[in-house]
Amino acid sequence: MNKLTGDQLRNNTQDLIIEGAGCASCVGKIETALKNINGVESAEMNFALRTVSISGNVASEVLIKAVENIGYNAKSASDRSDDELIDEKEVADEKYYASLMKQMWVALALGMPLMIYSLFGGPMTVETPLERGVWLFVGVLCAAIMYFSGKHFYIGAWKSLLNHTANMDTLIALGTGTAWIYSMIVVLFPLALPEMARHVYFEATAMIIGLINLGLALEVKARGKTSEAIKRLIGLQAKTARVVRDKKEIDIAIEQVLLNDIVRVRPGEKVPVDGVVTQGNTSIDESMLTGEPMPVVKAEGDKIVAGTLNKSGSILFKATRVGKDTAIAQIINMVKRAQNSKPPIGRLADIISAYFVPVVMIISIVSALVWLNFGPDPVLAFAVVSATTVLIIACPCALGLATPMSVMVGVGKAAEAGVLIRNGEALQTASKVTAMILDKTGTITEGAPKVTDIIVADESYSEDFILTVAASIESGSEHPLAQAIVDSAIEQNIELENTTDFQAIAGHGVKAMLNGQQLLFGNQKLMLKHSIALNGYVNKAQALAYKAKTPMYLAIDNKLAAIIAVSDPIKSDSIAAIKRLQAIGIRVVMLTGDNRATANAVAKQVGITEVFAEVLPEDKSNKVADLQAQGEIVGMTGDGINDAPALALANVGFAIGTGTDVAIESADITLMRGSLHGLSDAIAVSKATLRNIKQNLFGAFIYNVAGIPFAAGILYPFFGLLLNPVVAGAAMAFSSLTVVSNANRLRLFKPQDH
Amino acid sequence: MLIINLIGLGLIVLIIWWFWVYKPQSTQVSDEQGDNSEITVVVKDGVYQPARISLPENKAFKIKFIRKDASPCAASVLFPDLEISADLPINAEFTLQLPALKKGEYAFHCQMKMYSGTVVVK
Ligand SMILES: [Cu+2]
Repeated sequence: MNKLTGDQLRNNTQDLIIEGAGCASCVGKIETALKNINGVESAEMNFALRTVSISGNVASEVLIKAVENIGYNAKSASDRSDDELIDEKEVADEKYYASLMKQMWVALALGMPLMIYSLFGGPMTVETPLERGVWLFVGVLCAAIMYFSGKHFYIGAWKSLLNHTANMDTLIALGTGTAWIYSMIVVLFPLALPEMARHVYFEATAMIIGLINLGLALEVKARGKTSEAIKRLIGLQAKTARVVRDKKEIDIAIEQVLLNDIVRVRPGEKVPVDGVVTQGNTSIDESMLTGEPMPVVKAEGDKIVAGTLNKSGSILFKATRVGKDTAIAQIINMVKRAQNSKPPIGRLADIISAYFVPVVMIISIVSALVWLNFGPDPVLAFAVVSATTVLIIACPCALGLATPMSVMVGVGKAAEAGVLIRNGEALQTASKVTAMILDKTGTITEGAPKVTDIIVADESYSEDFILTVAASIESGSEHPLAQAIVDSAIEQNIELENTTDFQAIAGHGVKAMLNGQQLLFGNQKLMLKHSIALNGYVNKAQALAYKAKTPMYLAIDNKLAAIIAVSDPIKSDSIAAIKRLQAIGIRVVMLTGDNRATANAVAKQVGITEVFAEVLPEDKSNKVADLQAQGEIVGMTGDGINDAPALALANVGFAIGTGTDVAIESADITLMRGSLHGLSDAIAVSKATLRNIKQNLFGAFIYNVAGIPFAAGILYPFFGLLLNPVVAGAAMAFSSLTVVSNANRLRLFKPQDH
Repeated sequence: MLIINLIGLGLIVLIIWWFWVYKPQSTQVSDEQGDNSEITVVVKDGVYQPARISLPENKAFKIKFIRKDASPCAASVLFPDLEISADLPINAEFTLQLPALKKGEYAFHCQMKMYSGTVVVK
């Protein structure tokens, strides 16, 4: 075994975070296990922080294994957080920017005076020995600048050439290289060339290198802004947490919070990890995550989510998800992934750019040959200029950036509005949705039915009594409407009684005995079946149904006692949100398993004319297929597991995920708040993004593809014009900058106010 | 003049052969280590080194990226077919876990497609 020197050891200290160490006696066990590993010099555990510092030259995986072997979990504390990665990236970008700017100034220091000289008619030719001497000096200076300011292009070009690939570096290196080599030939062997062709292009080489470095530098700056949304999301996370350990409250770094730790959050603090409230109550502002402005009241047993803001009370909660498992961490991860994925529209640009550079090299050769064969004198100079200009103007970097930059900003923008877009494909399809299917329960409505009316038919019963009886009988049922009745009773502190002979009659209701009385509770069919006289109450029940309420009859000892109506209230902003969808020309269709009367009543209230009612869960996806068969691009919005097949079949599935239980992986697009406004927001953002991508692709196309014929000299036969390589260099440098800046314009986009 | 034209045409043929026809050798990752197979790819000077990696079928494996290039394009690596994308820290290692793959070629590249490589699953 190698002996390590003291210095090496000091450099090899690492920290592990231990999970599952509940008692002080664990400390000895863990320390011993670690010290027994070959190469570990010392291991010291800080029990309060649940961390252990190990010195010795041992890979962290080995240490973690050893801890796991004795029954604890361990993770490396040196895993950098997103925060640190972003900071590091910013520092690196800043350094890169500075070096590019320096390289630019050096190149322009030579290029600018030369260009001005030539613009004012200074002869760029080699005639006299003095001119030869001066130009030789300039040529050598130019080579030095190519080395200092353009080294990265030449090395990159060479490396990728060896790799059988060609890229932007290849074109820049070839273009500037051609111009320089030609100029040097003019200077060194002027007599080998016809007099008219003794023209030097050192200014082009220097200017192009300078301008491209400038373009890259500005692009670095502009790119930093495109990731603002993700930075903001990462910024939501707290940095420290106050946990209760060994009956003391201590502040620790967020990475060190362990599963099941009890954490204290005081008013004004951010919730550090996901968890369940164990003590106290408060209101929590979840707007940063969901876009929902109203704070939510949380009490014992309620879930809270990392990144949200505690407004009023001090609470204790148990950590249920920490580190990379918290909802916010998963959201950040998903947004990052989506930002780097490409919508189908970008594939074309990809295919083009894969073949582009070699094609451009070929075009450049062909154009030089054409000039040589058919061009006017000096053919050689014209050939060199056109070949160089073609190479420089055709650099495909703008084409490559056109899609990713817009997707980056668009997906981030959506995330800020509480809309999680899974990938580029979902983004593109969402922009084309023509029909939107909305599930009723939980999507248009709250999904939590409530008792709204109790109509007593037999005056000898009180409302409380009716509710008691109804709740007692329904306490055994699992129907959501039954749950609403039981909840109402509990709310009014009514004690439930035990029923006997409970019997559920499918499609009708329930039957049971309570204190020797026979109870019937259910729909009209149930009443008719038992020949119970309903008299005028059928009309009253009808009236309730027209108001989107579900009436249920209660009979005691074969006599109608009351009608209880239950309804699932419509979300406060559903009407406005549906109007917004219809306003942009989307056909909105409601889908529900509920009965037709209730469904129609709800549809009428929210302004939907097309309703699929009484649809069995397994038939929901058929309705999606029906609309698709009509040629619609279908978006499906649902909240539940029973909607999953329909969500999957739709062109775009929108899941309503509220707070913690975000169905992050299941749907194409997840709306983090309950509101349907998220739909219009998602569609608006995706439309804006797609428009932006198209602008970018068009811009890049103009620079790269349309620029080539001009560079090759197509205008010359008509106007005697040949593009200057320096102009091509500037166009190339600013093409990608234009694309990135245009993408940045998306940051200002606001989905319509609501 | 004829000679110049012939040189030009020769160059064109050479470009086509060099960039399109010729298939570079791939770096083989042995499957002896089982699921711990790992390969290091250096991101530097406009290329991934190695850029063509061949793997056995149905084996998950890891690529350790080391990015030594400050240009922002090099900062992310995408595997479009696998819906994988990762941000590479500069001058540091980043290990990317690839799932077990079926036979075929899987391209990976940076955002601008200036850096590109292929994973060949045999
Ligand atoms: Cu470029």
